Amino acid sequence: MAMKISTLKRHFREGIKNIFRNGWMTVASIGSVTVTLLLVAAFLTIILNLNHMAQNVEDDVIVKVLIDVTADDNEVKELGESIKQLDKVDSVVFSSKDDELENLVDSMGEEGQSWELFEQDNPLNHAYIIKAKEPADTVEIAENIRTYDHIHKVTYGKEVVNQLFEFNENARIVGIVLIIGLVFTAIFLISNTIKLTIMARSTEIGIMKLVGATNGFIRWPFFIEGMLLGIIGSILPIAFLLIGYYYLVEKIVINVQIPFFELLPFYPFAWQISLVIFAIGALIGIWGSVMSVRKFLRV
Amino acid sequence: MIVMKDVHKKYPNGVTALNGITVNIDKGEFVYVVGPSGAGKSTFIKLIYREEKPTTGIVKINNINTSELKEKNVPYLRRKIGVVFQDFKLLPKLSVYENIAFALEVIEESPRNIRKRVMEVLDLVDLKNKARFLPSELSGGEQQRVSIARAIVNKPEIVIADEPTGNLDPETSWEIMRVFEEISERGTTMIMATHSKEIVNKMKKRVIAIEDGIIVRDESRGDYGYEN
Repeated sequence: MAMKISTLKRHFREGIKNIFRNGWMTVASIGSVTVTLLLVAAFLTIILNLNHMAQNVEDDVIVKVLIDVTADDNEVKELGESIKQLDKVDSVVFSSKDDELENLVDSMGEEGQSWELFEQDNPLNHAYIIKAKEPADTVEIAENIRTYDHIHKVTYGKEVVNQLFEFNENARIVGIVLIIGLVFTAIFLISNTIKLTIMARSTEIGIMKLVGATNGFIRWPFFIEGMLLGIIGSILPIAFLLIGYYYLVEKIVINVQIPFFELLPFYPFAWQISLVIFAIGALIGIWGSVMSVRKFLRV
Repeated sequence: MIVMKDVHKKYPNGVTALNGITVNIDKGEFVYVVGPSGAGKSTFIKLIYREEKPTTGIVKINNINTSELKEKNVPYLRRKIGVVFQDFKLLPKLSVYENIAFALEVIEESPRNIRKRVMEVLDLVDLKNKARFLPSELSGGEQQRVSIARAIVNKPEIVIADEPTGNLDPETSWEIMRVFEEISERGTTMIMATHSKEIVNKMKKRVIAIEDGIIVRDESRGDYGYEN
């Protein structure tokens, strides 16, 4: 359905007029969208960054099995086989004690040179380096392997992994529940605001019907009113997000040195989230207007 | 042009408004609909512009059966029909010009045509010099002329008026009737429900009298036929 430019302009003009007509209801619905979107923005920022950090940790989460020095070659091989058979294991790599020493020396840089003395009499163990198919299963795999024979030690980033996964999960649930509640409140307020507009304009709508305006034509200004309420409500959250995240990344986190604590870069992340916030605002607005138009505008 | 066959209308609240109406109105006719209050005149009129559908029977406008007309096509029927009410139904915040242009804007007429047509009808109802006035700054007769201008601005084939002079003094009523005469002379079908004995008796047009939901009289050059 092609719409004339002059018609579209008219719908926008009417939609904007409606916004100013309703005073406090307009303020209330824009306010509720703003609060909702502020929370959505904060929540998305936290969750996505946690995911990002978890991803970093996950990439590093390996189970390292140090093999008892008493185990002979056959027993080492058997152990490797039985680990490979575990369902949740993705890969098993054997690392001999010579490899281990080399890694150690490399990782220490300059200071590591002195360790090369041990090359003749290596005190380290052979090891298996294991990766889980799902990082969340790391703990289970490690605990499982601990019960096997010929194990000297099983290590993994236990604390970090557990806490991160648990926090992430909880944050997700709380955040989603909160946001769904707020989104519905915002939709409700917007649909009420538009109901007021529809009632205020009932004479006008009656005349429009009388002279043969199509139903679509009558509805359009209300959709635009709703959409604009949502979009106006998204301005403040986007501003807060852009400014706040900029300071967080450029001024604060840059001075914090915690392993794995690394935020997503301002560009493009903050802009992507802004776009999402904008779209959610517009959608909330349109949804609210669709609801009241369907209910109160029998055209 | 307008055909009704054995039309009954019963409202959901149980009130029977029409009880078997059969009538034929040709293109260009001028018809008065008279009868006591509550006899079914308004329902008769609402059936024509498809505000209501008959409970049983057939209403055809320009060969379109209004009962079979899809909801989304009703607006296109309405564009062929201009409606004038007793209470004018003007938008108080719009000027005379804007009130009339409104009817063309909402059917997406081009701005150039809108200007041209609005000036034409303002001329017809003799309100060119008051185009910028608000309805509240006009007399009752002038407001009714604005509402007539709005009804005819998109050149409808039928104009319906539901007691258009009900709120006006006799002299102003004649002003309005002269406008209707002129519209009728241009070939538009005019249907007017009225309680004005003077107007009906003087104009000598077709008169349809409705009582208790049926047509009791249909005369081609009739009189009002009631005492007041």
